[in-house]
Amino acid sequence: METKEKKKRKAKGTVYIKDELCKGCGFCIEFCPLHILAFSEKFNAKGYHPPELIDDDRCSGCDICGMYCPDFAIFGEKFK
Amino acid sequence: MGKTDTLNKTAEVRTPAENPVDKYLRMDRMPHIWCPGCGIGSTVNCFVRAVEDAMIDIKKLAIVSGIGCTGRVAGYMNLDSFHTTHGRAIPMATGVKLANPEMNVVVYSGDGDLFAIGGNHFIHAARRNLDIKIICVNNFTYGMTGGQVTPTTPQGIIASTMPYGNFEHTFNLPFLAESCGAVYVARWTAAHVKQLTKSMKEMMSKKGFGFIEIFSPCPTLFGRRNKIADGLEHMIQFKDKCKIKKGASAKEATFDPDNEIVLGTFVNTERKTFMESMNDRYEKVFGPKYVRYGEE
Ligand SMILES: Cc1ncc(C[n+]2csc(CCOP(=O)(O)OP(=O)(O)O)c2C)c(N)n1
Repeated sequence: METKEKKKRKAKGTVYIKDELCKGCGFCIEFCPLHILAFSEKFNAKGYHPPELIDDDRCSGCDICGMYCPDFAIFGEKFK
Repeated sequence: MGKTDTLNKTAEVRTPAENPVDKYLRMDRMPHIWCPGCGIGSTVNCFVRAVEDAMIDIKKLAIVSGIGCTGRVAGYMNLDSFHTTHGRAIPMATGVKLANPEMNVVVYSGDGDLFAIGGNHFIHAARRNLDIKIICVNNFTYGMTGGQVTPTTPQGIIASTMPYGNFEHTFNLPFLAESCGAVYVARWTAAHVKQLTKSMKEMMSKKGFGFIEIFSPCPTLFGRRNKIADGLEHMIQFKDKCKIKKGASAKEATFDPDNEIVLGTFVNTERKTFMESMNDRYEKVFGPKYVRYGEE
């Protein structure tokens, strides 16, 4: 339990994604400074592939993806 | 709070959180009408963060837009917002500001709205140094009506009304704003989110007529006709071709899509605002019995 907790804490932050708002423009994926976002396999109701975090441990929660997202569908947050 | 179930929980434990921009937006209006790959949403994201950083009381913030894709911004923002007639965002904002001097008034509109049909209002608001802030999203075309040529379309660009390429001379918006007397003039692109947010914050904290031009992709009506595959490709082009210059002069900041594009803050000065000049004049004429308007 403790080790798991430790591993989770390695990431300094994370991203939250509202799949339904995504229009699949790919801005967040292209401009993520750590390149840890990618299109997911799943579809949303409009038929776009929303992004997903592929490397949880490295996310710094910098919120660059949030600033780029034209659809207000993703944002990053640092862990407190 | 009810938004937690719509959040994607792919990895590990995620605490439910709401997007910090949600409280500034009318989320019941989402998803918005902007095409995939359009940059207007990114600029709104930056604007919201700038308002938050500048610690502006949102009860004292009004946003005015004209007609166009960018004109929809007023409708999506959960502030005192006005979606007025085509080209008349600045006259409306002038009225809002003069009647409510304590309000921060922002005009958020497109290049066609502000500089084609509304050009005259822009030059006079800048000349008077009215205390309003103009954010112009320049997508080089009339997005909403089908991609016609605008005063900001670069030469050689194909538009629906210029099938052989635009041959007209193009407006240099920062230079226009500077020569009319704006006290803050900057140009960024939708791909320079950090700088744009900082610049918007700087403008919002300033008194007087501020102007920011933001280049934005319009994949549907500009990109499609000009061999730019999608919004993302245009954003990458902006990143590659644009050069940020400190203390650049607005006159040299012409826009030619084939060459380097100059970005940055061109003007950051002080000048008496319209209201200050009016108060000073009347005080001089009427003496101490005159009560200065709009000042605490
Ligand atoms: C008086 C008047 N003339 C023309 C129109 C048609 N019209 C609607 S939007 C628009 C152009 C908007 O272009 P721009 O300001 O560049 O905004 P964009 O859609 O590109 O963001 C025009 C000409 C109108 N609505 N009202």
